[in-house]
Amino acid sequence: MKQEKFEPKILAFCCHYCAYSSADLAGSMRIQYPPNVRIIRTPCTGRLETEYFMKALENGADGVLIAGCLEGGCHFVEGNLCAKRRVNYIREMLEEIGIEKERLRMVNVSAAMGRPLAENITDMVETVRKLGPNPIRQNIASK
Amino acid sequence: MIVAQRKNIPDLLEIVKSHKKLLVLGCGTCVTVCLAGGQREVSIIASALRMSAKLKGLPLEVEELTIERQCDNVFLEQAADAITRNDAVLSLGCGAGVQALAERYTNKPVYAGLDTTFIGILEERGVWTEKCAACGVCVLHEYGGICPITRCAKHMLNGPCSGSSEDRCEVNPERQCAWQLIYKRLKDIGQLDRLKKIKPPKNWNRSQSGGYRTIIREDHRV
Repeated sequence: MKQEKFEPKILAFCCHYCAYSSADLAGSMRIQYPPNVRIIRTPCTGRLETEYFMKALENGADGVLIAGCLEGGCHFVEGNLCAKRRVNYIREMLEEIGIEKERLRMVNVSAAMGRPLAENITDMVETVRKLGPNPIRQNIASK
Repeated sequence: MIVAQRKNIPDLLEIVKSHKKLLVLGCGTCVTVCLAGGQREVSIIASALRMSAKLKGLPLEVEELTIERQCDNVFLEQAADAITRNDAVLSLGCGAGVQALAERYTNKPVYAGLDTTFIGILEERGVWTEKCAACGVCVLHEYGGICPITRCAKHMLNGPCSGSSEDRCEVNPERQCAWQLIYKRLKDIGQLDRLKKIKPPKNWNRSQSGGYRTIIREDHRV
């Protein structure tokens, strides 16, 4: 049987004040980035609870990207720093579970950084492509 | 409050792997405040267990529930149905909660998902410190409200030990010397004369040496 080419599904939580706007900007600038990413706008990355990352991966996302403001540039002062710590906590837990921690990543961009955001997304997609499908999803499919 | 911390996921999976249907039961009191066993942690640990079990090919179904308080029979009733329909319970309560569950549901395996660690307070965001050893006879009034039993590495009742350097403990230089704190506090409240009195050995009968302790209040009994 012909093996279908693996296309990662990436969930991107984008902060309204930076990454979401920079994704908009990337669109206006006609910058291409892979269509594998599903963007969810959040009021601030500090709003993201740790369980969101867990549930996303549990439900089959191949990767989860958290895109917040540059450090020091958070609209709510330190929301992105809170998010960074939470992401690191869950990355450690993913290792305990046996899932590659690279599937969860936080990046920092400003609203003017359309191109860097696109590069970050491309890099995340390529990282996850190399890792292969989320092992949880594989396991679901094999049953 | 009682402060606890989570066990790691491989250890938890090892504990529950023989069961097919598991209830992860959180507690809404102390362990919620110390971010170890509340609703959010139940959600995270349940997800982690489900994923971990799937990866190892174990057929584990995990249900999530958090009740107000696990160490109280009145609140335990809220979990009765969920406990009945699952094979085992992984309690994210403190040791008291786990045992209250086990005593009440005699035919159901109940496991501890947390390591109950101490009675303490939130020092700053994300940092908890032990403050009370529950020794049974409180001596805080003698020491300006700073407990030498809990906070002095040598549990000295007549300190300091002379090993401290500046205000640091010789056992662990990252810790403050409890006796330095006691001296400063007694000085601030004008009670330094308390230090002139040599304290006799403490009566430890009411501590943990005689097995578990009970308190009986006749005025509240029915």
